[in-house]
Amino acid sequence: MNILKKTIFSVLASLLIIGNVHASDKIKIGTEGAYPPWNSKDASGKLIGFEVELAYTLCRYIGKQCVIVEQDWDGMIPALIMRKFDAIMAGMSITDERKKAISFSQGYADEVASLAVMKGSDLEGMKTPAGIGLSSPNSDAKKALKTITAALAGKTVCTQSGTIHQNFLESGDVGKVNLRTYKTQDEVNLDLASGRCDVALAAAVAFSDYAEKSGKPVVLVGPTFSGGAFGNGVGVGIRQDDTELLKAFNKAIDKARKNGDISRIATKWFGFDASM
Amino acid sequence: MDLELMINSLPKLLSAALITLKLLSVSLIIGLFIGLLFAILRLNKNIFVNKFAYGYSYVFRGTPLLVQIFIIYFGLGQIEYLRSTFLWVILKEPYWCAIIAFALNTGAYTSEILRSAFQTIKPGIIEAGKSLGISNKIIFYKIQIPIAIRQSLPAYGNEIILMMKGTSLASTVTIMDLTGVAKYIISTTFKPIEVFIVAGSIYLFMTFIIHNVIKFLEKKYSFN
Repeated sequence: MNILKKTIFSVLASLLIIGNVHASDKIKIGTEGAYPPWNSKDASGKLIGFEVELAYTLCRYIGKQCVIVEQDWDGMIPALIMRKFDAIMAGMSITDERKKAISFSQGYADEVASLAVMKGSDLEGMKTPAGIGLSSPNSDAKKALKTITAALAGKTVCTQSGTIHQNFLESGDVGKVNLRTYKTQDEVNLDLASGRCDVALAAAVAFSDYAEKSGKPVVLVGPTFSGGAFGNGVGVGIRQDDTELLKAFNKAIDKARKNGDISRIATKWFGFDASM
Repeated sequence: MDLELMINSLPKLLSAALITLKLLSVSLIIGLFIGLLFAILRLNKNIFVNKFAYGYSYVFRGTPLLVQIFIIYFGLGQIEYLRSTFLWVILKEPYWCAIIAFALNTGAYTSEILRSAFQTIKPGIIEAGKSLGISNKIIFYKIQIPIAIRQSLPAYGNEIILMMKGTSLASTVTIMDLTGVAKYIISTTFKPIEVFIVAGSIYLFMTFIIHNVIKFLEKKYSFN
């Protein structure tokens, strides 16, 4: 009987503690911690990166304390909906598909996607413009897509699952490719280096970051991509019924942009001004 | 609950379940041979042979299957020398990496199951064979192995079910098995509960079939 009482007491006590955490006034922000320089972890496991620093800045403007929690990319939106945290800042591009499930603040940063190969690949030296926009592609962009379609035929193309990059590869813009998807960008990089992937698609900075840190001869090929399947910049993901928080974030982003905070933090982490 | 999504995802998940079954059956067949071989090695009196077989089962039963898959897939992929050998033809494919990991893992468990089954055979049965003038070889193949297999059926049935669930780890090395496709559908619909309920039900159904087949075999080959 005594044990039963103790069990009931400890369960109730832990429920109280859990309840307290929920009732706190802190904003919980989910991030992946595996997509440098957007968000990653240092050697000691501490979350770092552009979005981690920006999150603390935005929370200062909102006037609330922030807690940043780690969440695997593939469970990011479900975790937000299930209230594990209140906002997503994880390099998540604003797309129509995602807007069906969650709301987005205005964009705070944007950067382009690019294909990458290992040095010596026959895809090197593909003749395309430096960058193409897919929102309303012009004739140059259409020609470039045709060139890429031909180049990717029969190649294993790798990308992180549930990303704008996967959406693009499945959109049919570059034909039907032999697609392989991974849980994290780290794993894409590993298999690109090992030769299991002939070519990979991700944010251009994700590849340059990997090339720099690993010393592997990863080279970007083809044009940089933006617009269309690649969405309209990266914003804060927020539950659709959480309009208060959405307003607060939009205001905070306005302020941070006006004061030059976003530019400053972006330049620090990306090496160029990726703010928008 | 999004019932429509559950119904719509069912055909995709069912065809992915075929990949799961393929992974399972191929690795079980290879694993059974490995298991039988190592069970016999475990019964060998030679201490080196014995320790080698023990070491294999100790390592593969003592480490998580996920770690084994990662070492075989991502780990071996990092060794530059290996990539220039013929082995890379096999190791380049996620499918074969998963099969190798699953077969080695289930082989280790199977070897233990069969070893204990061999050891529970009553000495009287073997002695009876000997007294009838049957050669050691024939006693082993015609008496010991069949008894050991019958003896190990319940435990092996468990191993099949564990392995079936273990194949879900194939999705971590890009294979689109049942779990892989479920995750894919979730990545576009953001509704994990519905999709995982359907995927889980398919796993449960497969367990139900395996369980009943083993039960049937146990009855059919019962000693009484």
